[in-house]
Amino acid sequence: MAKRVGIEISAAIGEAVKLANVDVVASYPITPQTHIVEHIAELVADGELDAAYIPVESEHSAMSACLGASAVGARTFTASAGQGLELMHEVLYIASSMRLPVVMAVTNRALSAPLSVWGDHSDAMAVRDTGWIQIFTENGQEVIDNVLCAFRIGEDRGVLLPVMIHLDGFHLSHMIEPIYIPEQSEVDKFIPPYQHPLPLNPDKPVTMGAFGPPFIYTETKKAQEVNLTAAKEVILQCWEDFGSIFQRYYHPVETYHSEDAKILLLTMGSYSETATMTIDTLREEGKNVGLVKLRLWRPFPFAEIRQAVKDAEVLIVLDRALSFGGPAGPVCSEIKAALYNEDKKPKVVSFVGGLGGRDITPDGFREIINRGIEISRTGSEQEFEMFGVRE
Amino acid sequence: MAKLEGELTWKDLEIGSIVVEPGNASQYQTGDWRSQRPALDVKRCIKCGICYIFCPEGCIIQNAEGYFESNLFYCKGCGICACECPTEAITMVEGE
Repeated sequence: MAKRVGIEISAAIGEAVKLANVDVVASYPITPQTHIVEHIAELVADGELDAAYIPVESEHSAMSACLGASAVGARTFTASAGQGLELMHEVLYIASSMRLPVVMAVTNRALSAPLSVWGDHSDAMAVRDTGWIQIFTENGQEVIDNVLCAFRIGEDRGVLLPVMIHLDGFHLSHMIEPIYIPEQSEVDKFIPPYQHPLPLNPDKPVTMGAFGPPFIYTETKKAQEVNLTAAKEVILQCWEDFGSIFQRYYHPVETYHSEDAKILLLTMGSYSETATMTIDTLREEGKNVGLVKLRLWRPFPFAEIRQAVKDAEVLIVLDRALSFGGPAGPVCSEIKAALYNEDKKPKVVSFVGGLGGRDITPDGFREIINRGIEISRTGSEQEFEMFGVRE
Repeated sequence: MAKLEGELTWKDLEIGSIVVEPGNASQYQTGDWRSQRPALDVKRCIKCGICYIFCPEGCIIQNAEGYFESNLFYCKGCGICACECPTEAITMVEGE
């Protein structure tokens, strides 16, 4: 029986990595991810986790070392955030293109300048198109459960793709929460051994990441796209199996009082929990509002999003990242694109807020919802509005 | 390879486009990148082998008579051999 313990979420990620019996961890510490890799380094140093811990000189090297480890068939984990994720940016594409199931926890952080170590989703949005499976989480339990799922999903023979688990910097990474840590025997049954079908092996040489001239590059990208899109079925199956074992269920799009709601708010990450409080209050006041939480960011859950919002009149999307000079926040842009050709769709209103660790309180979400309703009626001169900015 | 490389569909590729046949880059004709080829004047050649050492493609081999010749299947026409040749025995010329 799993124990429920009070533990910092970063340390709990380390415990999940230990339970997954990871072989190689290559990482470079960066706030607010540092506690994760510190805890893993302790576990390895104390002999609790039999893994190679490689303290590399940069994030670019961290991801590169992870690729090499994964390519020989080692179960591989790393973590990063903000500028660190940006520094490993080019290597992220190589992990997905070479089909290497590295698992990475990203403690979402704002991007410089000005220097901000605090949380938002700018780093996640900058790596949107790197071909990784990407899952957002809203509390510590979701983080741990999805780190475990990430190994099983990514290493599935039909998937073989790297997986990012996004958790908000500080708001999640540094919180101490009561978390069910599964038993080793349960995890052993849940995550089968990793076996890459074509690993680097001197006895049977292969070449990974060879050059692709114009006559073949398009075909390689088509194969990659089909592969990532098809991974959704494996993700759904993994979450279903996880639920049947651990009684905690996850879905690409999750809803809260959305069934009959004419007004919907869409959020990602930890601020979704705050938003549920606002929905509760507004419901008590008799207002017909609900919440949609986007968990699976890549592959994008088109069908689930369309189903979740089709009966609403207004959909208010909160982005915690800014696409400078663009049509809306990056999440809202994709939601709009997913709905554009639908016959029945809500009006979509875009807000950007919660940047660089700025809190949004339950009252803040009430303001966002009220302003969103107003914009849906009167329109706005702006493509999107920045919530909470001092004018 | 059952299909010619230009006929491969995305379904024919190994996962991650991994190359499973070691050394098959030797089948790739880098010679068709070339706009000029090296021409050797055997009267000037002293068989020193400097062109052989400097060729970045490694496509120069010594023939039975001791002269150094470029394998035009691989030669990209970079002209380094002509530039380095101490007796100006190699010149870059148009055409095959």
